[in-house]
Amino acid sequence: MRNLLLQGLLKRPLTEAPPSHVDAEIDALGARLADLARRKLGRSISIREVDAGSCNGCELEIHALNNAFYDVERFGLRFVASPRHADLLMVTGPVTHNMREALERTYAATPAPKLVVAIGDCGSNCGVFAGSYACAGPVSSVIPVDLEIPGCPPTPRDMLEGLCRLVEIVSR
Amino acid sequence: MGWLLDTLRNARRIERAKPWPRFEVDADMWSRLAAATGAGDADMLSLWSDGEAVHLAMMNRTAREIAIASFTPVDRRFPSVAAHHAPAQRLERMIHDIYGFAADNSPDERPWLDHGRWGLRWPGGTPEAVPSAWQSYKFLEAGGAPLHQIPVGPVHAGIIEPGHFRFSANGETVVRLEERLGYVHKGVEQLMRRKSIDACVAIAGRISGDSTVAYALAFALAVEAAIGVEAPKRAQALRGIMGELERLANHFGDVGAICNDASFSLIQAHCHILRERVLRASQACFGHRLMMDRIRPGGVAADMAADGEAILTALVGEIRPAFDHIRTVYDSVNSLQDRRVRTGLLSRNLAEQFACGGYVGRASGRAFDARQWPGYAPYDRSLKPVGRTAGDVDARVWVRMDEILASMAMIERLVADLPSGEIRHEIAVAVDCEGSALVESFRGDVFARVRLAADGNVTHAHLRDPSWFQWPLLEAAIEGNIVADFPLCNKSFNCSYSGHDL
Ligand code: SF4
Repeated sequence: MRNLLLQGLLKRPLTEAPPSHVDAEIDALGARLADLARRKLGRSISIREVDAGSCNGCELEIHALNNAFYDVERFGLRFVASPRHADLLMVTGPVTHNMREALERTYAATPAPKLVVAIGDCGSNCGVFAGSYACAGPVSSVIPVDLEIPGCPPTPRDMLEGLCRLVEIVSR
Repeated sequence: MGWLLDTLRNARRIERAKPWPRFEVDADMWSRLAAATGAGDADMLSLWSDGEAVHLAMMNRTAREIAIASFTPVDRRFPSVAAHHAPAQRLERMIHDIYGFAADNSPDERPWLDHGRWGLRWPGGTPEAVPSAWQSYKFLEAGGAPLHQIPVGPVHAGIIEPGHFRFSANGETVVRLEERLGYVHKGVEQLMRRKSIDACVAIAGRISGDSTVAYALAFALAVEAAIGVEAPKRAQALRGIMGELERLANHFGDVGAICNDASFSLIQAHCHILRERVLRASQACFGHRLMMDRIRPGGVAADMAADGEAILTALVGEIRPAFDHIRTVYDSVNSLQDRRVRTGLLSRNLAEQFACGGYVGRASGRAFDARQWPGYAPYDRSLKPVGRTAGDVDARVWVRMDEILASMAMIERLVADLPSGEIRHEIAVAVDCEGSALVESFRGDVFARVRLAADGNVTHAHLRDPSWFQWPLLEAAIEGNIVADFPLCNKSFNCSYSGHDL
């Protein structure tokens, strides 16, 4: 235990070592996002994730945003437990009929600026689940969507890039 | 021959069913089999419908036999299996919701996946339009003065899937938990109807995204069994590598998350680094972090990257010492031990009764692993289900930590002995055929049954997630624990919502 803690203190953080190509890019992306958010929105961004019918693949990659390689909290992106604390909803999945009302209510509980990002192919066009009796449709058919980040699932990097674009779009 | 095949010896056998025999049975025989399963003579592998009949897959582990019984409902009714065997309850409710076949004498007739929102009923049978409306749902009662209820979900506080939990608590102590699921029902069985094999394997790989490799493999093995082909040796080995990488990634992620739920986030930080390393190696070797769409009936979609062997060897070399550290810490922190030991106890009896697979079953002493038996390539029979059997959160974590060690060793072995040669055989369907398979996902055994038409399209596919037989046991395991330990218990089961909701 002590060793591990000591190691944590003595070792350099993973995000710098190893300084691989991808990590350098992620640092740059994140820094840009943090800067944009602060300048344009005047604050960091709180995110509420809503699974509206996903296969759980997208959730796994959203989770990865918090691991030490991406560690998006350092760019001011925070995942919060309640929509009432959120600036932005990250919504995954084709919206199932059984989740539709829960999504609408979550959206209603979110304060301004109420940004919505639809994650994954399912979020933007229902993916392989298109045409099912059980799906209400893509996220945009249920609540207004500001940006779609395609992919099945989108990688953590895709999501960071997408969030940069989003801040640029909404601050125009 | 064991009792199962002996009982069925005079029933009409459907010759096209492979590799396990399927029999058409009458109501008497159906109920006899259900009663025997209820008495513990067999494990229920699944209970499903395809709109024409209801099917009961049973496994007798003593005599190592598996058989499927099929009953054609009369006036849309069939004798209830759940009346004899409780684990069948939710599956029967699902069958009624989707196919409109009702179980006679069913102990629970409430809808399950159908929340009244589809605008129709019996989507897999003869669909009838009904207005979409809010349906009240009658939760089971827990009576008495000091009891109060805590409703949780469907939207939860974390980044997890949706479902509803209704707690009845006496102060801090949970007296009853009742789950209500079905929120992410996407209608996968109907989506797969009359679609090409390629389209269906893509859907199968998205029934539960965390187990995409296992699901695609289960589907592929069922199709291969139906047609009577085997994937080339190299493809089998690559499938094995992918399956073990998937197991590693999930085990790392969950061990970390469980420790986090026990307020020890240090382990989570380290475990999630290991998980990310596995995902990056998967991307580098197979071109996708979760390895979606890599397995196809007949083999694999693409070969491993040319430097794949080096990448995987380096991966294991890197994560093994790091994980040794984590194990040591896990074992030595008192606060963590206090939270996890004797928390969320699941008895062996229940695990056996529900044929509960994966680490949940194994941690309660049900030594079953589909890789060992019935078995499939590239695994050999020498594989032993591992770990402790105390049935608590702690045991479930230890089982997974031991499996991590085993998976790392398996990857090394598979990489070292990787055969060369082809990676895929062409799949050609000429006649109406059907096959089943049982694959060990990280969470437990996934049962697949696929029926193919002569034109090569899928007539019906059923994939039963291991969670069907784990979710109900979470209700039992939480009883008597404090509400605040629910996240910990829940995470130590980590049942799938999407896989269960279909
Ligand atoms: S986009 Fe892909 S990973 Fe995401 S929910 Fe849909 S199927 Fe799953």
